[in-house]
Amino acid sequence: MNKKTVSLIFSLVAMLSASSPVFAAGGGNLESAGINVRDVAAIQRGAKWFVNYCFSCHSASYMRYNRLAEDLGLDEDMVQENLVFADVKLGETMEIAMRPGDSEIWLGKTPPDLSLISRSRGNDWLFTYMKTFYQDESGGWNNLVLPNASMPHVLWQMQGIQKLSGSGHEGEHGSDSQLVLATPGRMTPEQYEGTVRDLVTFLDYLSEPAKLKRKNLGIWVMLFLLLFAGVAYALKVEYWRDVH
Amino acid sequence: MMAKPASALAKRADELMNWIDKRLPVTAFWNATMTGYYAPKNFNFWYYMGSLALLVLVMQILTGIFLTMHYKPSAAEAFASVEYIMRDVDWGWLIRYMHSTGASFFFILIYLHMFRSLLYGSHQKPRELLWVFGVLLYLALMAEAFMGYVLPWGQMSYWGAQVIINLFGAIPSIGEPLTEWIRGDYFISDATLNRFFALHVIAIPLAIMGLVLMHLVALRENGSNNPDGIEIKANKDENGIPLDGIPFHPYYTVKDIFGVAVFLLIFAFVLFFWPEAGGLFLEHDNFIPANPMATPEHIKPVWYFTPYYAILKAVPDKLMGVMLMGASVMVLFFLPWLDRSPVKSIRYRGMWYKVMVIVFAIAFVRLGMLGMATGTPAETIEMRVWTFVYFSFFILLFFLSPKGKTKPVPDRLTH
Repeated sequence: MNKKTVSLIFSLVAMLSASSPVFAAGGGNLESAGINVRDVAAIQRGAKWFVNYCFSCHSASYMRYNRLAEDLGLDEDMVQENLVFADVKLGETMEIAMRPGDSEIWLGKTPPDLSLISRSRGNDWLFTYMKTFYQDESGGWNNLVLPNASMPHVLWQMQGIQKLSGSGHEGEHGSDSQLVLATPGRMTPEQYEGTVRDLVTFLDYLSEPAKLKRKNLGIWVMLFLLLFAGVAYALKVEYWRDVH
Repeated sequence: MMAKPASALAKRADELMNWIDKRLPVTAFWNATMTGYYAPKNFNFWYYMGSLALLVLVMQILTGIFLTMHYKPSAAEAFASVEYIMRDVDWGWLIRYMHSTGASFFFILIYLHMFRSLLYGSHQKPRELLWVFGVLLYLALMAEAFMGYVLPWGQMSYWGAQVIINLFGAIPSIGEPLTEWIRGDYFISDATLNRFFALHVIAIPLAIMGLVLMHLVALRENGSNNPDGIEIKANKDENGIPLDGIPFHPYYTVKDIFGVAVFLLIFAFVLFFWPEAGGLFLEHDNFIPANPMATPEHIKPVWYFTPYYAILKAVPDKLMGVMLMGASVMVLFFLPWLDRSPVKSIRYRGMWYKVMVIVFAIAFVRLGMLGMATGTPAETIEMRVWTFVYFSFFILLFFLSPKGKTKPVPDRLTH
């Protein structure tokens, strides 16, 4: 490969990588969720928050209870006691009792299934969303990343009540800077952030339970292919010795 | 002592091979297409793409077979069945990611493969039909990818299909009935999904395999071109063997195995650590089930179609846009006759050609990026500029190539 070809490829790659596909939904500035999907303890804590606070309205229709138990290293009795409320079998998927037609009448909009929410919205969106609920002039809940969200602030007792500061227009630096904590909640802001991070870690796992296995296997596949490439290169050099 | 039974066995094997060869010319075929087929000895990086594309084709077919065992081609079940594959089917996630990553890599390889032709004039006489079969393959691949993209039945599958099929509606008088005929319904529905499944798993793969065969037969007829663009058959030794040729097997088979290893390293890296490729290979909106009642904020095709989508969007009039987009693909068929240069390789063409090829490559990449953008007025202007550049390449090539400056071409390969 000559030098011109190399520089041509590099310039093309540089141009391509300049494009940054963005998440279609969600305006404003998103905070980095900074999650670590290998942190099984965080996923476990997140699962508990999820079941207690989200799961009454949001289903996770593609997730099975026994998969959760297996991946999180929990024994099935524990899952049955702590995570399963209704009378369901562990092999079933995480459905909710509320029917979509009812929830639309009660809440204005059927709460979306959360099985894949992390893959459609992105973790940063979810993280920022859960941190930027505030009480607007009407006294109702509103949100900075999803204005006029139908969802109330389910975790308000933990976070407390935030209000919009100043003009109320979109700020330049991060969404948090526009919000002030008017009434403190049960948790400090740091604790609440940790809670939201755990929840997002769980949602990330929920969106692709095979993710951990995928990355672990990937390392071995790459190592094998490196070795294979080495052997293949040696073979090529050996065969090509007599080509001039 | 030990050699005796081994040679007896070898004798038996020879007899068996003789028996087969009298009935099916296996050895003759192997000699003609592998060990007795002489390829130029100076292939470089660009000459890996063809064999790698064949590898990806095989991989797509094999993974596709396994996906078909679990996928449900119905509007009510398609999305859930893909998640079932991702979660409940043993190794389903691996098979699905191989297939989805494979689709994008197929296009990366094919684009590089086609670009190679621009660099070294592989489409020129006597390889015009080889090129034409290649463009037919490219068209079949686009149809295959488009229909496969609809099958997971996500939001972008649905709305992307809606937009693309509606393009046919721009054709005067027959447009509307044509779109209904394609969809089998008044809108994208279960009927559309079902027929796309049939076309994706049976009709188009069969066409692709037939075209690959024709492509390879045409290739073997004249042999490969090379980075110097010199016909190696012009210089033969007393036995009629090209002086600059080496037997395809074992030389290029071992070299291609190394190419396969390096390719698989890159492929596996994406598959295992970056399967969504930041939303390029698997789009975020496609993790939401198709909903005919809710239009996504920003509809765009997958990355490998976006250069043409940008050409479509660059034109204010829908019919004109569709025609220009069609022309941007169809013009490829005529490349062997548009390029009238007496010299094949870019190495021996003048600076004019080098500049043109680089500008054309930038135009194509830039159009691809603009095709996935939201379409601000500034972006629309830029799309028009690059669309103009895209077509100018072919027009200028036709007029400049017969008289453009060239360098003297050596008789033998340079290295």
